[in-house]
Amino acid sequence: MATRILIDPVTRIEGHAKISLFVDDAGNVEDAEFHVVEFRGFEKFCEGRPYTEMPGITPRICGICPVSHLLASAKAGDAIMAVEIPPAADKLRRLMNLAQFVQSHALSFFHLSAPDFLLGWDTPQAQRNVFGLIGANKALARAGIRLRQFGQEIIEILGGRKIHPAWAVPGGVRSPLTPEGRERIRHWLPEAQATVQTAFTLWEQTLATHQRELETFGNFPSLFMGLVAEDGTWEHHGGKLRFTDSHGRVIADQIDAGNYPTVIGESVQTSSYLKSPYYLPLGFPAGIYRVGPLARLNVCSQMGVPRADAELVKFKRLGQGAVTSSFLYHYARLIEILAALEYIERYLEDDELLSSELRADAGINNRRGVGVSEAPRGTLFHDYTVDRNGLLQKVNLIVATGQNNLAMNRTVAQIARHYIQGRGKIPEQLLNRVEHGIRCYDPCLSCSTHAVGRMPLHVQLIGPDHTILDEVTRGDDAPLPAAAPGAAT
Amino acid sequence: MAAKTLTIDDKHLSAEEGATLLQAAKEAGITLPTLCHLEGIYDVGACRLCLVEVKGLTKLVPACTTRVAEGMEVLTNSERLRKYRRMTLELLFAERNHICAVCVANGHCELQTLAYSLGMDHVRYEYRTPRWGVDHTHRLFGMDHNRCVLCSRCVRACWHVEGAGTKNVSGRGARAHIITDLNQPWGEADSCTACGKCVQACPTGALFHKGATVGEMVRDRHRLEFLVTARQKKEWITD
Ligand code: SF4
Ligand code: SF4
Ligand code: FES
Repeated sequence: MATRILIDPVTRIEGHAKISLFVDDAGNVEDAEFHVVEFRGFEKFCEGRPYTEMPGITPRICGICPVSHLLASAKAGDAIMAVEIPPAADKLRRLMNLAQFVQSHALSFFHLSAPDFLLGWDTPQAQRNVFGLIGANKALARAGIRLRQFGQEIIEILGGRKIHPAWAVPGGVRSPLTPEGRERIRHWLPEAQATVQTAFTLWEQTLATHQRELETFGNFPSLFMGLVAEDGTWEHHGGKLRFTDSHGRVIADQIDAGNYPTVIGESVQTSSYLKSPYYLPLGFPAGIYRVGPLARLNVCSQMGVPRADAELVKFKRLGQGAVTSSFLYHYARLIEILAALEYIERYLEDDELLSSELRADAGINNRRGVGVSEAPRGTLFHDYTVDRNGLLQKVNLIVATGQNNLAMNRTVAQIARHYIQGRGKIPEQLLNRVEHGIRCYDPCLSCSTHAVGRMPLHVQLIGPDHTILDEVTRGDDAPLPAAAPGAAT
Repeated sequence: MAAKTLTIDDKHLSAEEGATLLQAAKEAGITLPTLCHLEGIYDVGACRLCLVEVKGLTKLVPACTTRVAEGMEVLTNSERLRKYRRMTLELLFAERNHICAVCVANGHCELQTLAYSLGMDHVRYEYRTPRWGVDHTHRLFGMDHNRCVLCSRCVRACWHVEGAGTKNVSGRGARAHIITDLNQPWGEADSCTACGKCVQACPTGALFHKGATVGEMVRDRHRLEFLVTARQKKEWITD
């Protein structure tokens, strides 16, 4: 006998991004909370393991940015060994990180966000995705997919495997770039560069038609944090920490990775498993800061490569002191792709990347090691404490999505305030916009990367007396409610 | 030495008296799964993966420790044997904590290779997930008990090739584990000469060079074999 099993998307609340909107007596949105259910067993799970295993283990924390964890973990290992890694190894790690920026930013821009810009907010979800984009602009969609593949190709050339390459190790890396690998990159590079130019053109049109989004999608003062070189140049793997405020003033600079606890506090929210880090001297929640592309471009004074530097000048003009609209994360992402390609081009001329001196050797020279590296989504910290024999006693990880958590709440609140305005109901057009507001940060939640289909959302409107005024749940495959005529605003 | 004639899987063959069934099978081009067997070191029949059926015996016998006999009829690939091998292998995996994806031996592990070759796609037994630690006290080597299959290859290499007698098996049943000297941390075991023969002998990721990361423990077994043969043939003695 045939049995039919019905799986109701509403029951799969776990995988949804849960959002609470809190309204005041007048019915206006005061605050929002974006709750994230993130698996946090990793830090405990690693205790008792040799620290040398971490570059193999931590990339499995998140299948979305394994390279970032790999690199931060290897750096924490370098710190425990107290070694300076061979120059070739440093360049090779950088090359891999740049490739990761290209592939991750290309995914975010072309697959996840471009459908919204190009097809419009209120396009039914069945089309508002990468397939709709292929229908509307096949060449663009294809170029975006190829750009992402270019980044993945470099990662594979270096690490041997696309996902989870245990290639960076404490003390250096395992293998160099081969001359054949270098030729493959050289061959593909011009196409990647052309795609970025197309993306900039598309972005200019988007910016001209999205002034409202620029104002409402997370436009608020906050601090920004990122790595910079000694002279303030954009960094992604080396350098030290810098904080700037919303006027663009540097408020803390050249902080060593190991000293992050002097500037970053971590508050654990009960409503979410994410830790919400804040700038310690200002306290919680006043010390709210953003990380990621927007922040990196705000904290740096130049990119260090000519074409990206020209774009940075245009970017900085979009703000007074600092660029504060999270909608501009998209623009920052494109500038970072451009910079990454320029740096990759430089490395193609550098024979040191073919060197075989790649790995420093040492015992346990520090009982604590902090590795910090810029992941595409923002600064990533791996903080390990080991015993005298190198077995882990304590592991602390600070990820980009956690650091942007407070900013994401503000962004959601701002968008909701704009669309709800005392109506006590969740209007339909809100969901797509809230979804995009969250996507600006490209958070590394599995639910945010549904390239096809909608981000599963569960939104609650909560009154001053804690009663639930309205509630909407949307699965990634639930039927779309019929759009009310004229609802598109 | 007298030769014995026997059949293995319907193949008629002759083998030297005193040879093991494993050796005879190998000569006849028949491969048997093994784990505790290590070329060059005497066998103990610990892992039970090389079990074969001998006509006239109800019990299955390990090929690595059973000597050939005249007229023996041996089966190496019956339904019954395949069933038991799968079971034995699954029990080995269920007994400790094998997470191949992050293991130093990934891709070069005899246990993993056996699982692939015997088509083990899942484990039917409940994993015991015991809490075993890592001994990282030695200057050069590490031991992760989570990945040990208690084959005792390291113990035999330590006693009978190096002659140091550092490694031993302690405890029984589920508590059995490899120790160094009088159950001291490896780094404090005075008898250890740090020769690394045990590390070369280990079929899994249990023994490793410190600092090795995922998939980096590629072993060179021929070194051990070379040492043993050289000693037996007195290759180092000149007059
Ligand atoms: S020892 Fe072998 S079977 Fe065990 S985890 Fe390592 S690779 Fe896998
Ligand atoms: S440590 Fe290795 S060689 Fe020794 S008993 Fe365990 S698995 Fe066998
Ligand atoms: S190889 Fe014969 S019992 Fe292990």
